Amino acid sequence: MITKKIDSVNFRFTSPEVIRSFSTIKVVTPDTYSEDGFPLEGGLMDLRLGVIDPGLHCKTCGARMTVCPGHFGHIELIRPVIHIGYVKHILILLKATCKECGKILLTPEEIEEYKQLLLKEETTEAAEEMTLQNIKEKSKKVTKCPHCKAKQDDIKLDKPTNFWANESQRLLPSQIRERLERIPDDEVRLLGINPEAARPEWTILTALPVPPVTTRPSLTLETGERSEDDLTHKLVDIIRINQRLSDNISAGAPQLIIEDLWDLLQYHVTTYFYNEQSGIPPARHRTGRALKTLFQRLQGKEGRFRHNLSGKRVNFSARTVISPDPELSAGEVGVPQEIAEILTVPEHVTEHNIKDLKKLIKNTQYPTVNYIIRPDMRKKKITELNRDEVIEELTTGYVVERQLIDGDVVVFNRQPSLHKHSMMTHLVKVLPGKTFRINDAAATPYNADYDGDEMNMHVPQSEEAKTEAKELMSVKKQILSVRHNQPLVVGQHDHVSGAYLLTKEGQEFTKEQTARLLSSIGIKSALGKPKYTGKEIFSMIIPNNMNLEYFSKKLAAGLSPEEAKKQKHDSYIVIRNGKIISGAMDSNSVAGSLLKAVYKQNGPEQAMLYIDRATKLTLESIMITGLTSSLEFYKIPEKTQKEINKVVKDAEKQVDELIKTYTAGKLERSPGKTEKETLEDTIMSVLNEAWKDSERRLEEVLPEDNHALIMARCGSRGNLTNVNQMASVIGQQAVRGKRLLRGYKSKSLPHFKENDISAISRGFIESNFVKGMAPLEYYFASMGGRDALMDKGIQTGVSGYLQRRLINALLDIVVTSDGSVRDSAGNVIQFAYGEDGTSPEKGEGDNAIDLSNYVRGTTVFEREEYREDRDLAVDIEIETEGFEE
Amino acid sequence: MTKNVLEHELVPKHEILTKTDAKKLLESLGSTLEQLPGITENDPTVKGLNAKPGDVLKITRKSPTAGTAIYYRAVA
Repeated sequence: MITKKIDSVNFRFTSPEVIRSFSTIKVVTPDTYSEDGFPLEGGLMDLRLGVIDPGLHCKTCGARMTVCPGHFGHIELIRPVIHIGYVKHILILLKATCKECGKILLTPEEIEEYKQLLLKEETTEAAEEMTLQNIKEKSKKVTKCPHCKAKQDDIKLDKPTNFWANESQRLLPSQIRERLERIPDDEVRLLGINPEAARPEWTILTALPVPPVTTRPSLTLETGERSEDDLTHKLVDIIRINQRLSDNISAGAPQLIIEDLWDLLQYHVTTYFYNEQSGIPPARHRTGRALKTLFQRLQGKEGRFRHNLSGKRVNFSARTVISPDPELSAGEVGVPQEIAEILTVPEHVTEHNIKDLKKLIKNTQYPTVNYIIRPDMRKKKITELNRDEVIEELTTGYVVERQLIDGDVVVFNRQPSLHKHSMMTHLVKVLPGKTFRINDAAATPYNADYDGDEMNMHVPQSEEAKTEAKELMSVKKQILSVRHNQPLVVGQHDHVSGAYLLTKEGQEFTKEQTARLLSSIGIKSALGKPKYTGKEIFSMIIPNNMNLEYFSKKLAAGLSPEEAKKQKHDSYIVIRNGKIISGAMDSNSVAGSLLKAVYKQNGPEQAMLYIDRATKLTLESIMITGLTSSLEFYKIPEKTQKEINKVVKDAEKQVDELIKTYTAGKLERSPGKTEKETLEDTIMSVLNEAWKDSERRLEEVLPEDNHALIMARCGSRGNLTNVNQMASVIGQQAVRGKRLLRGYKSKSLPHFKENDISAISRGFIESNFVKGMAPLEYYFASMGGRDALMDKGIQTGVSGYLQRRLINALLDIVVTSDGSVRDSAGNVIQFAYGEDGTSPEKGEGDNAIDLSNYVRGTTVFEREEYREDRDLAVDIEIETEGFEE
Repeated sequence: MTKNVLEHELVPKHEILTKTDAKKLLESLGSTLEQLPGITENDPTVKGLNAKPGDVLKITRKSPTAGTAIYYRAVA
């Protein structure tokens, strides 16, 4: 419901008359307080300018401190000065108009023509702007007034505030003002200025407004000493100079002295508005700190707009360190009781809940009530003394602000809030301790870890806000990322390793172990067999209607489809009626295809349940199978080590050969490259090939149960390259994508000959991390490392700024109920969102609509002969208890 | 160089909407002419079609996801 609507906003210049009419007093005393600490009459702290001391009343309006908004005063400037904000406008006006008659320097015919052009009905704003620009441009070049035939001066601006005529004669502000006064209203309009809102001469100040004391409150230090605001300091300077100028003028001082003082006044007024003007030194505090004047108050990140208006501090929020808790659902957040006792949720008292609320108020400890709000909006804190009174008093129509309890809706956030998954709704679970607890799967979308990360929590206060938060922002509804069409709320690291170790071929668990695993996810069942395979156990958490077959992205990496189908590395996954027939779970299953399929076929609730169970089950199973790191994992057989050494040596020899060919001038250029570039490219590829070769050989000899290999294979952490660098060869170091060539003339370090381009001298590291690097190699590694670090820093800065610009540009654009995309003014941006009017979340891959569900009805797995009963004695009854809100 | 841009293969199909169709479009969107995306009267396609300010162009584009996508632009 809109009761009042702003139709338009008008900006205008303040004329001296307006400034004087605002003013309650003329400020003349360049001081604040008298010796006895009382504000001076006619001074900058005059009591008529408002009150900043509690208890006192305003001499102008009679109101008390927080009520009186303060009142403006003014300073009569003895000589006019230029307002720094209007210098550019003054220059344009001076150039466009005649120095004698004040008319625009165009012939009467031209003026008439432009007038007609601007009067035309259908002229758009852009066309109008063009016309005005034309007038300014054209009149600028005229040297003789077409009206009074006066010869025109060449006006130059000597920044920031000095105007010169014909390079020699200084135009004083008073002269400029006189010229601007002469421009007729009609012609002002032709220059794109509305003379009623902004007469040109108002750009030259004759009276200066003095803002109310409430705008520049003084601080009283503990010592009783008063410290004035920067603006007050600046105003003192202005009044003092103004006074001196006045005295000198009345004493008949020479023109030179008067002009010096006048310039000084101009300086003070300029810095009062803007203290970062290039060309003039900033006004400074006694301590040497530059003063923060009017413009600095508004400008930039710490300015009024970005700091106080676009962004504010809020109530009903909390912030603390986060830590993981696998026992929580990903949709929950563990809240320290300390925090739950302070944050409140308003509960409207009705006939239905009054009994419960009274009981709650009666509690002297944790789940109790902090405040009540009477129907007249008066708030009352509940204390030990008034508890019984309040219970007696409570009737319908009251609002009770009760403490946070389990199941309350809160919005949880981690900065930087880069996407919508950076703010999601969780349900409260009050816990002992001092940190927020989250399921590790919920850390992924926030990009959080537990090395000291802090997160914010906000408590919605109205039913409307709560519902909106719950329906739109719940973690379970944010599982899929609209950007990738992939799940984001997923287990990582040990969850993935655990899933792999649980489901890999041949993994079996005893009855006792199976019982332990199943009880961790709350499944109770009679176990009939002495042993269960991991695949059987994991199948219990997959909904029955799942039918999938896919290549595991990670496990099948580097394998041909045929190899994969033969179950090399357990990489071909077949799930039939929610049972794993073959294949092992890897990152793609835990965090990708399988979860996405569960979400799409069974909805958010089931997907959430799957995540919660998968995270718990995989952690439990990794505790049984174990996963560790040891130096043993990075030791390779001597034979392989020799082979790898030979590969590297061969590559280096090959490089030397190449260099020989090159120096002999026999190297064949590749297209579009010089010989030198070709050589460099070939060397790089030879060395890289050798390095890759060592990786392949390493993979062959590493045993399948090598934990580093397992982690790399299933995609939980690291890759073979990392293992290779630790066990065999670190490889080429690069700065700016090129082999090292920095530091010395034509060499990377003093130890080499000039123009030595062999592998070793340009940062190829033969050693591995287990063996350790040679001193030179270590230096090279540091160079490469520093480059990577710098690049990372620069990239985050650049993309962060880009992100901010994009967000500001797209911020209020919405998809409306008719499917069109519009901005806040109702302008159409697109007629259907993304041309096709579909949500990327609902699509599949490159297709706007996912048809696989309809097609899947005909896949082999849904045919009768595959619908066999499950072996396990358990039927997976999906238990939603505890997960529903 | 005085080829008609409308015939170029990279320029989607532009046509001028009749006054009644334009009115219908605006009604169905519940918006004014000014709220439609604009196109300057100096645009080569506008010149090619000889469209005047106030006209609405219907642009039929190829789209990888939607097949064809229809867009409207008001000549300003």
